[in-house]
Amino acid sequence: MMLSEPGALALVGSFAAAAVRISSPLLIAAIGETVVERSGVINLGLEGAMLAGALAGAIGGSVEGPWFGLLLSAAAGMALMTVFATVTIWLRADQIIAGTAMTLAAVGLTGGLYRLIYGAGGVGLSLPTFAPVAIPVLSRVSVLGPMFQQPVPVYLGFLSVPLVWILLFRTRFGLALRAAGESPDAARAAGVPVQWCRTIAILFGGAMGGLAGATLVLAQVGTFAERMTAGRGFVAIAIVVLGRWHPFGVFAAALLFGLLTALQFLFQASGVAIPYQWFLMLPYVLTLLALAVVRRRVAAPAGLAKS
Amino acid sequence: MAILPGTRRGLGDWAASIAAVLAGLTILAVGLSIAGYDAGAALAAMWHGAFGSWYALTSATLVRAIPLITIGLGIALAFRAGALNIGAEGQFYAGAILATWLGLHLQGWPRFPAVVMVLLAGVAGGGLWSLVPAWLKRRYGVLEVISTLMLNFVAEALTSLMVQGPLQEARGVYPQSDSIAEVARLPLIPGTRLHWGFVLSLLLAGLLWFLFQRTLWGFQLRATGANPRAAQVTGRINVGGVAAAALIGSGMLAGLAGSMEVSGVSYALFQSLSPGYGFTAIAVALLARLDPRAIVVTGILFAALETGAAGMQRDAGVPAVVVYVVEAVIILVVLVADAGLRRRAPVPEAAAA
Amino acid sequence: MIPALELRGISKRFGPVQALEGADFLLRPGEVHALLGENGAGKSTLMSIAAGLVKPDQGEVVVNGVTVRLGSPRDAARYGVGMVHQHFSSVPAFTAMENVALAARWPMGSPRVVRQRLEELTRRSGLAIEPDARTESLSVILRQRIEILKALATDASILLFDEPTGTLAPPDALDLLRVIRQLAGQGSSVVLITHRLDEALAHADRVTVLRRGRMVFTGPAQGLGGNELASHMLGHPPENVSPPVPAVVGSPPAVQADRLSIAADGGRGPGIRDATFQIAPGEVVGLAAVEGSGQRELLRALAGLLEPKSGVLQVQAPVCFIPEDRTTEGLIQEFSLADNLMLGFGAHAPWVRHGVLAPALCERMTAELIEEYQVRSPGPLAQAATLSGGNQQRFMLARALAQQPRVLLAEQPARGLDIQASRDIYQRLRKAADTGAAVLLHSNDLDELLAWCDRLMVLAGGYLQVVPPGTDRDAIGRLMLGSGSRLS
Repeated sequence: MMLSEPGALALVGSFAAAAVRISSPLLIAAIGETVVERSGVINLGLEGAMLAGALAGAIGGSVEGPWFGLLLSAAAGMALMTVFATVTIWLRADQIIAGTAMTLAAVGLTGGLYRLIYGAGGVGLSLPTFAPVAIPVLSRVSVLGPMFQQPVPVYLGFLSVPLVWILLFRTRFGLALRAAGESPDAARAAGVPVQWCRTIAILFGGAMGGLAGATLVLAQVGTFAERMTAGRGFVAIAIVVLGRWHPFGVFAAALLFGLLTALQFLFQASGVAIPYQWFLMLPYVLTLLALAVVRRRVAAPAGLAKS
Repeated sequence: MAILPGTRRGLGDWAASIAAVLAGLTILAVGLSIAGYDAGAALAAMWHGAFGSWYALTSATLVRAIPLITIGLGIALAFRAGALNIGAEGQFYAGAILATWLGLHLQGWPRFPAVVMVLLAGVAGGGLWSLVPAWLKRRYGVLEVISTLMLNFVAEALTSLMVQGPLQEARGVYPQSDSIAEVARLPLIPGTRLHWGFVLSLLLAGLLWFLFQRTLWGFQLRATGANPRAAQVTGRINVGGVAAAALIGSGMLAGLAGSMEVSGVSYALFQSLSPGYGFTAIAVALLARLDPRAIVVTGILFAALETGAAGMQRDAGVPAVVVYVVEAVIILVVLVADAGLRRRAPVPEAAAA
Repeated sequence: MIPALELRGISKRFGPVQALEGADFLLRPGEVHALLGENGAGKSTLMSIAAGLVKPDQGEVVVNGVTVRLGSPRDAARYGVGMVHQHFSSVPAFTAMENVALAARWPMGSPRVVRQRLEELTRRSGLAIEPDARTESLSVILRQRIEILKALATDASILLFDEPTGTLAPPDALDLLRVIRQLAGQGSSVVLITHRLDEALAHADRVTVLRRGRMVFTGPAQGLGGNELASHMLGHPPENVSPPVPAVVGSPPAVQADRLSIAADGGRGPGIRDATFQIAPGEVVGLAAVEGSGQRELLRALAGLLEPKSGVLQVQAPVCFIPEDRTTEGLIQEFSLADNLMLGFGAHAPWVRHGVLAPALCERMTAELIEEYQVRSPGPLAQAATLSGGNQQRFMLARALAQQPRVLLAEQPARGLDIQASRDIYQRLRKAADTGAAVLLHSNDLDELLAWCDRLMVLAGGYLQVVPPGTDRDAIGRLMLGSGSRLS
């Protein structure tokens, strides 16, 4: 490397910061999906919820500022997932196909609405975004300091990890929810309202998916584009598998993902010319590799995708 | 979890399919009205765009139906075996890439073998692309739902890489390939822009129907999809192998569709060669209840929806992308109707024990 | 004295089946009350109503003198009614502690507190359990213990046991009945649902018999005779079953296993270790074992579905296997009967030619079999799901016998069937043996095996023993637990 030592350290710092930034929408979506899958539902509509959240975040952000955008995005994700919950839980449609359909619907809806609101060409939309907030002590730590100068939604993502852990493993509701996911029949016999547990989980997952989409728009990109989530919802589902359906595992998997994706900045900085498409493929290929390497002895919730 | 067991089509199924289409169009009309469009004019533009003229029918709608039917047949093949292939989009591109590459190198060949070679290249590309999830599933237990999905994005990035790299046109300006050799192009049916791939897709539908209904392998495939445990224990079927074969066959059909698109329509590789055929084909196959004969009908229907949507955008200013909402509604209504019909099936004695 | 539980004039209909028709039942405080009846008599349904699982169409439920309406198991728990199910209703992936906490709705905030509560409960009841053991890794008897703890944790004083001894080896069953007696001594009132007369007579204070959804007898157990109870259950005096005909042994064995070892299926359970045995054409051999003793693996290896780890295994072809679970392994419920016949025959069927099918041929054969085996169904194109359990079982047997197997393996072929239906199944198995098939029959019910088999083999913890003729029932029961001295 030709970089001087302080330059190299700064590079590591910004690399770490980029990793955290990239991973946070994935983390938020995956934490929501963890709850959903723990209740026995696999939600391939997560991609759609993120997309809906992204547009809602953009609209809300441009009208009333980023906080309102965040609120609207959670509502949009939840609204979309209300349909998913109705169809799969109460009308017992196949979850995987219905989830795919929800994503398809979200592509159509967001595309149509976006053009309706912002015109046919989709004028370059520039939004007010969350400013980075430095965490008092941590942000001044050398090298890794930049990791703790992030927009608020990133911290919300971090916070959701222990909160969801408490919900799942330290509350009666969490116990009931996990029972619904592991063995719906046994849960029913114990008086657990399985369908309601799953419905609540799906709505929570939808809200988190929406927030994840808004985080992408309001804390990273600063604009909306059609299909801008580009499969992140599906990656989040893979992260849940990698993280073995456990909030802390999911946290680690999401961070790992961010790190690997951020590698491209290191490459760019070091001046190696690699076509950018390789970096586009990287997350998906890595997901596949990781899914194959992680031995799945800690099994999925036994009742996943079963009614 | 059998999505749609291979039972006879009843009147209820037909009614549900028609209701699904009507529901989709109704929701579209209502949505457009709310958004301030003239829904009547939009639907009229849609009809006109799809069926309004001989040209629209043959050279737009039926041309678009070819990939939808072919991929839809592949989806049916996989779903019937219980393999949830959500990756037809990627398999389509893999087939298209390989077909383009070969098609660029076939100057001087006689026409018939050249076209066959190009189509086979597509089959090989799609097959190789679906070999990955099939292998990951058997060797490592990776869910094919996730792996096929992931590979869609990889294939799209790969296509982008190809048209800006190894396969880029000679001048290196546009992100697309050169045109493939004349001899590698599927001939057109005279007086239209409809290529002979349409006939091929009809033949494949018949072939697949025969496979499902009249061959032992097709029976084993249906049994595997309907109840893998019973298929294994009672039928002594190698269910993992059957499901893997179905997934690979499914990829081959999607790859074939990719090569037909290059060889019969675009003559070159583009970044956005497919407007989401792989996903629309899921709706095509489901609406047809995975019946190959019905897939011909639903494939044409969805092609009409999509060419109609383009007409709607042109003539009524409605974004064509909203047609995905219609497709989603159709899928959901079919799923719900099927779940309802299944629930009404007689309950065995278990409840009274 | 106020009854602990009283059910008055209960009626319940499931679709076309009238499960209960004005049934009455009365449980006194502190007693053990046996509820007897054939399969399908309505015992489980009646108790499910008392437990809030099923809502009656008509009738009254009175708990401790108060008429109640039970909308859910939770309601029932509030009135002190708890049910211990026949099919365990714990979450397999949960720990014992989590399962008890789930059922009792304990707050989960502090794992230490939850553990203390469980420990206190086990101390009080004398039912010890390891709190952090995953439920699915436990033995049948321990899993049942969790079920009982779950009921006790909800402070249930009225305990309903649904066929609790059905899957236990006789000595374990005896242990459990002692626990039940002890619970009654501590102030609980217990209903013991069973179809075993001896159990009812030996361990209950009082007995009630249901037949076709009505109460036909109730009274003290003391002084009752087995024959008297049986005729209440059946509605007529029991017939004598003709004793089995001894097998004609002499021809070479159809099944021969020498030091056969099989790995556990799915990584749990004992598998099979060093089994040596033979089965001759013409004999029905019973395989006695409690759940999880290796019978799954043995039968599947004989059927060619599992590869043995070591040893020699020779099985004459064709071999047919009737799996225990007819709904998920034996039949494809949404397929027609003809398609299910096709499934069983595989590639070597008259209707398969170069991989192409002639479905009409298969439909004709299905129609003939339906006729011959008296399978009640609308026809060969009817969905398997539309048949009753007994008819599904008969169809599976017909399918197996139509292949003229040299070896027939039947895994609990009469589970859940009433006396008539199961007798019919066993008679047909006998007949298959008489025409030269070697039949291996597994059942949880030792008495059934003793009644229908020429000789028995016992599996316990993966070890197989051939039972010498003339061994008494108790000795076989001890063998099933692996605790009996090895017979020589």
